[in-house]
Amino acid sequence: MTDLTRKTAVELAELMTSGQASSVEITQAHLDRIAAVDGAVQAFLHVDTEGALAQAAEVDRKRGAGEQLGPLAGVPLALKDVLTQEGVPTTAGSKILEGWKPPYDSTVVKRLRSAGIVILGKTNMDEFAMGSSTENSAYFTTHNPWDLGRIPGGSGGGSSAAVAAYEAPLAIGTDTGGSIRQPGAFTGTVGVKPTYGGTSRYGLIALASSLDTPGPCARTTLDTALLHEAIAGYDPMDSTSIKQDVPPVVDAARRADVNGLRIGVVKELGGEGYQPGVEARFHESVELLTKLGAEVVEVSCPHFQYALPAYYLILPSEASSNLAKFDAMRYGLRVGDDGVNSAEKVMSLTREAGFGDEVKRRIMLGTHALSSGYYDAYYGQAQKVRTLIQRDFANAYEQVDVLVSPATPTTAFPIGDRADDPIAMYKNDLCTIPVNLAGNAAASFPCGLADEDDLPVGFHVMAPVMRDDLLYQVGSALEAALAEQWGGVLMAQAPELEVTR
Amino acid sequence: MTVDVLEIGDALAQYDPVMGLEVHVELNTKSKMFCGCPTVFGAPPNTQTCPVCLGLPGALPVVNARAVESAIKIGLALNCEIAEWCRFARKNYFYPDMPKNFQTSQYDEPIAYNGWTEVAVPSGDGGTEFYRIEIERAHMEEDTGKSTHVGGATGRIHGASHSLVDYNRAGIPLIEIVTKTIEVPAEKAAAVARAYVSMLRDLLLALDVSDVRMDQGSLRCDANVSLKPKGSPVLGTRTETKNVNSFRSVERAITYEITRQAAVLSSGGKVVQETRHWHEDTGITTSGREKSDAEDYRYFPEPDLVPVAPSREWVEEIRSSLPEAPSLRRVRLQEAWSFTDLEMRDVVNGNALEPIVKTVELGVTPAAAKKWWLGELARAANESGQDLDALGVGPAEVAEVQKLVDAGSLNDKLARQVFDGLVKGEGTPAEIIEKRGLALVSDDSALIEAIDRAIAANPDVVEKVNSGKPAAAGALIGAVMKDMRGQADAAKVRELLNAKLGI
Repeated sequence: MTDLTRKTAVELAELMTSGQASSVEITQAHLDRIAAVDGAVQAFLHVDTEGALAQAAEVDRKRGAGEQLGPLAGVPLALKDVLTQEGVPTTAGSKILEGWKPPYDSTVVKRLRSAGIVILGKTNMDEFAMGSSTENSAYFTTHNPWDLGRIPGGSGGGSSAAVAAYEAPLAIGTDTGGSIRQPGAFTGTVGVKPTYGGTSRYGLIALASSLDTPGPCARTTLDTALLHEAIAGYDPMDSTSIKQDVPPVVDAARRADVNGLRIGVVKELGGEGYQPGVEARFHESVELLTKLGAEVVEVSCPHFQYALPAYYLILPSEASSNLAKFDAMRYGLRVGDDGVNSAEKVMSLTREAGFGDEVKRRIMLGTHALSSGYYDAYYGQAQKVRTLIQRDFANAYEQVDVLVSPATPTTAFPIGDRADDPIAMYKNDLCTIPVNLAGNAAASFPCGLADEDDLPVGFHVMAPVMRDDLLYQVGSALEAALAEQWGGVLMAQAPELEVTR
Repeated sequence: MTVDVLEIGDALAQYDPVMGLEVHVELNTKSKMFCGCPTVFGAPPNTQTCPVCLGLPGALPVVNARAVESAIKIGLALNCEIAEWCRFARKNYFYPDMPKNFQTSQYDEPIAYNGWTEVAVPSGDGGTEFYRIEIERAHMEEDTGKSTHVGGATGRIHGASHSLVDYNRAGIPLIEIVTKTIEVPAEKAAAVARAYVSMLRDLLLALDVSDVRMDQGSLRCDANVSLKPKGSPVLGTRTETKNVNSFRSVERAITYEITRQAAVLSSGGKVVQETRHWHEDTGITTSGREKSDAEDYRYFPEPDLVPVAPSREWVEEIRSSLPEAPSLRRVRLQEAWSFTDLEMRDVVNGNALEPIVKTVELGVTPAAAKKWWLGELARAANESGQDLDALGVGPAEVAEVQKLVDAGSLNDKLARQVFDGLVKGEGTPAEIIEKRGLALVSDDSALIEAIDRAIAANPDVVEKVNSGKPAAAGALIGAVMKDMRGQADAAKVRELLNAKLGI
């Protein structure tokens, strides 16, 4: 039998329905793959071997009993370590939560379970999702399967790297400023940030509540859409959840048709500061979509230039408050509890020891931005910018159906390259942040390799609130056309990883 | 050496008090403000919790619509405007009994604002004076957990070896009702404050939004007090006395703060802006946390919750379902009960209105209900320094005792002893009658024997009666009652005596 780990989720599901493979076999194949390559990739913080095999066996039992199962039942998945899974260690990439086993499932995990999707383990991430490279993980840095000397993007670098390294066909990420899309772009995989409120945040350890959005990662557009459908939809446990039907993402992914679709190229997201190879692949893709019948125009979003500063006020403000609960009183790390120190002292010692530099930097920024006398100038002003950016999108969507841009200004950079320069690191997310501020849907699809470094480039598609289906319509059309051009998927061009164990 | 406090008369002669009252009310919703946990009082520690009210990583709040409805009811009953759109905010500060280290509250966008109400206090000449209290706002928030400090002498954190936290209370819905500055004649200030809290209690009970058990902390009052020299327009520095948890304490704590601040100011000192603790036992306040201007709660809109936007239709629906306003209801009840203004005033000031309503509902005449609640129970409460509803005697007990009086098994004098037993927790009325031997002697033969003894011992009285002065028989009744040590039904005695004497 061919290597099960090379199959798409759809192919694996077919193998199981036709009885050619069991979920236990498929799950074991992926656990073996993790054992073989994760020493080099370091995508996983925790592999739940027993739990995954038990879930797989349960799906096989149900299938054997003739029970009705979802389209992805029995397919394995890698879960970003920022979502709670009952009884499985959940750290959000931080030392302050080391050893914590949540007593409850996040809504995303509940839905994965009811879809019969097998959770292999928890993937590495920048601490509390603060970063664009996984270098801010308190545990280790994940390596990009395309070039182990480079970062896989972040914060969800573990999830995207796991998918790109064939350790899992599916993964869940969370996107606050690009944490699904940027790693997707850097690893040649698909990453979708659904509409804010389209997927539930219940059980997502909050970074910035008004921006965080869980979403799907996979190697193909259709796999991503199927996973999207499995986790999305109204959740009464999240009051910001949208009470509407899930957009028809799977149909859109199957249609692969952009004929007559109006596509707007965002003028402000390109040019200076963008790697030529990234721009070249992006423009070729736009031409390809034109050939497929899309109407392409240039659209201006003048306030996007203020998105980055506004984001770096809103995010730290919310984060400074969201992270206050990590105080050693009820769970997680506790430092200095010697029977003499006051609770206040223990809180302070624990937070000093348990948080990394970037987390402290953002807590300080946010605390300052919210403090009395500065609130209007910082947080208040940033909220105004947010409104202006929402207006830019609204205006643009009057002219076009979707907006497009490169997903990132550059390809994956070498490990350590920007670790000491927070501003350079923040600029990674120039193209992805405006969408989070507006709450719209967006995705990154692989669109080729940059000429300079032979590393993947992401094609960024943005769509209005609850029109996530449009993302898949564009992504699947592009994917089909590019596959025809290349004679296969982009991932086929990835270098083989050395099997270390 | 300066004195700690001035006499209240001296204090009020020099200074005018300015007050502001913040009342926290725990709602009686079945579930908490932002999760489905139950709100039952007194459950074992940390048994009514979930990921949401424990603030576990990843958990999210969802607003309890019932609590919003209660908030709107309170707002409307206090003549407030109801916001068409308002938000929750986060009040950020670290404390172990606050699971998220921020309290989800409302800040600059309260659900209800700009209201007023009226309170009645006795005037010097036996009449009633009404004072209008302006309401700044009523807003929704969640309660914190409860800390118990162990190992110290005082139960306070200072000197404790460790603290225990019970999160059952964390997330219980609270409404904070804030008055605007209250400026009334100096000598009325404390009484007006007490009347306001008492009025709120009645109102909240009538609205059925809270159990208003002050002894369980479901209504807590913070009193802001400052003094300004008589006639001066300049406000003084205020203190905030926390958790004053009975009507009587409200009056006492404010009076104490007035006398304390007056002593500080008149000796040339400065009042420190601070939180103060009220001590029920000693009747004084002591310094708590200093409230510096640097305290910064970094309020910002709660991003985990969508705005609350009650439709006007809903607000009107709630308005039309509100019970009668307490002031109108009082007029109606006074008429129905045929009480004089003075009687009604005593009832209201004695906090006996609601108990009397309930007692009358149980079939007792208004006059009898008033007699027991005001004459006996309010007096007993006053003597023991308790609020009437903390006595442990309810309308059901009062009705039971009155039923025995009506049946001739008790007279008023014996009934008073039963109430005394009830207040002292000696059991049910029946048990008290049994234990104290209070039943009236209704056995005719015992009474007739006593009557015969009285007739034999008072031949002169019998003579008077026989000579056409039946009113003289009263003395014989007195003698019989004395003989029976009061445990006889006087009417019955008269009946038997009259028969004996042939009158």
